[in-house]
Amino acid sequence: MSYLAYDFVQRALIAAFVTGLAAPAVGTYLVQRRQALMGDGIGHVAVTGVALGLVTNTSPTVTAVVVAIAGALVIEVVRQRGGASGDIALALLFYGGIAGGVFLTGLADQSATTLNTYLFGSITTVDIGDLWVTGGLAVVVVAVAVGLAPRLFAVAQDPEFAKVAGIRVTAYNVLVSVLAAVTVTVAMRTVGLLLVSALMVVPVATAQQLTRAFRDTLLLAMALGTAASVGGLLVSAEIDVAPGATIVLLALAGFAAAWPVGAWLRRRRRVTAPFAAPVLAREEPHTVVPEEHEHAHGPDCGHPAIVHGDHVDYVHDGHRHAPHGGHYDEH
Amino acid sequence: MQVNPVMATEVDPVVLRVTDGCVELGGRPVLRGVDLTVTAGEVVAVLGANGSGKSTLVRTVLGLAPLRRGSVELFGAPVDRFRDWRRVGFVPQRVTATAGVPASVWEVVASGRLAHRPLVGPMRRRDREATRDALEAVGLADRARDGVATLSGGQQQRVLIARALAGRPELLVLDEPTAGVDLAQQDAFAGILGRLVERGTTIVLVAHEMGPMEPLVGRTVVMRDGRIAYDGAPLESFEDVPHAHAHHPPRPAVDYSPALAVPLDRATSPDEEHPS
Repeated sequence: MSYLAYDFVQRALIAAFVTGLAAPAVGTYLVQRRQALMGDGIGHVAVTGVALGLVTNTSPTVTAVVVAIAGALVIEVVRQRGGASGDIALALLFYGGIAGGVFLTGLADQSATTLNTYLFGSITTVDIGDLWVTGGLAVVVVAVAVGLAPRLFAVAQDPEFAKVAGIRVTAYNVLVSVLAAVTVTVAMRTVGLLLVSALMVVPVATAQQLTRAFRDTLLLAMALGTAASVGGLLVSAEIDVAPGATIVLLALAGFAAAWPVGAWLRRRRRVTAPFAAPVLAREEPHTVVPEEHEHAHGPDCGHPAIVHGDHVDYVHDGHRHAPHGGHYDEH
Repeated sequence: MQVNPVMATEVDPVVLRVTDGCVELGGRPVLRGVDLTVTAGEVVAVLGANGSGKSTLVRTVLGLAPLRRGSVELFGAPVDRFRDWRRVGFVPQRVTATAGVPASVWEVVASGRLAHRPLVGPMRRRDREATRDALEAVGLADRARDGVATLSGGQQQRVLIARALAGRPELLVLDEPTAGVDLAQQDAFAGILGRLVERGTTIVLVAHEMGPMEPLVGRTVVMRDGRIAYDGAPLESFEDVPHAHAHHPPRPAVDYSPALAVPLDRATSPDEEHPS
């Protein structure tokens, strides 16, 4: 563990920590909106942004943020317009993004190696300036994702209800898209643009094997993402392999371990669930019929059912009965 | 409860008013010149066949469907400038698809308090109390920590009702709250609604048929082809509308022209299969 003394290792650890915290925080909202692959799409578009930075000799991080946000907004517009072509439109955007990136990198006379550091991450080359940008963006992402959680949750859960609660649904949807774009750029140096979506989605998938509530899922996913990110970096340093791939494989291993536990928990919950108690609404004076019934009257018992005020009567053998507690009333 | 002092002096303040409401969806007129006024404390049932525009009417009232012509006012303010959403509760038609991340019953019901909460910060005590009361009102207090997806259809519907109740609204709008809910659950639901009526809540209720809710309703509006076909004393079903005859001769059961059939169709047309 002597390598921990090196500055570049310490910077890498901090970068891994903030990335692991931020990516699943946004990922939870993407999974809730059933857009698990959106992070992947933004990652593809961001490749063009990186290449734009290389061509124009500006910071690839800055151009990547700008292009990723633009791409995320286009995806959001396509999503809201809906329609059968939405799926195709997104595919066009994804492949246009990555092809444009490779093309522009060639124009800039940069080798594929330069682009590779962004495609697959190069966490050990993070300098102090990168660290400030990454850390700052990650703090903003986590603060918004956790601080506005009740509203973001309601908007993704039921947009129409959220609107009637006075929430500006479109603004919050755009906010989630922008957060996702920023997160992709934050995670670009850690796991790379091609694997960033894994860090956004896999911890969430793992967390929801074990949780029943949204808030628990969000927090557990952030903890799992951080563990996979920092753990993966340490493992990759030990056995000298690519950190990005190690982080993603570790996150997937976590899912593989949690899935059987989740399956067992769900099964146990089903088996121990009590039967629903019958609903008893009437409290008026009534005539009890001391008669044995072979079955409980219900919607499918076969006897004619008559809606009678606030309850249902069943007709059989010349009586008209309404269930009340453990007995039947004559009506 | 907050009462606007100006409105409290009136006898029956108008809660919602639709004037000449016209709505198009995909170029097709769905509401045509609808006028509707509901005053405080009324319990109005909106009945109608499928596609008659009854759901669109309530969605328009809540600003969810854009008006082509006419105006909608909620508590005296145009709906697009209405900001006091804490006075309004909405129970949408149950969505069968659940979101991608599990949510507990408590979380869904607590989201009914959002209009009362500041932008950030945890729930305050009165938010938690209102959420708990709403869960007790629908008989789901013991399921608060369970995932919504693990509940039955009727229970999920009750969760949506509790979410609207948690906001303690003055106007409650329900879109087919008892669709696909068995009769025992409908009984329980009518009980919940009855307590709200006693509290003076204004209720607008879209339904296919009244069932156990019938005794609560004070007024029935029947929609037909995007127009209000009846507005008056309670009815059990939209088929009971007095003066229910059509003003146009009934269309023939088959409304296409045989002359437009392509040759392949003609070979198998009923006339040739069964010559008279």
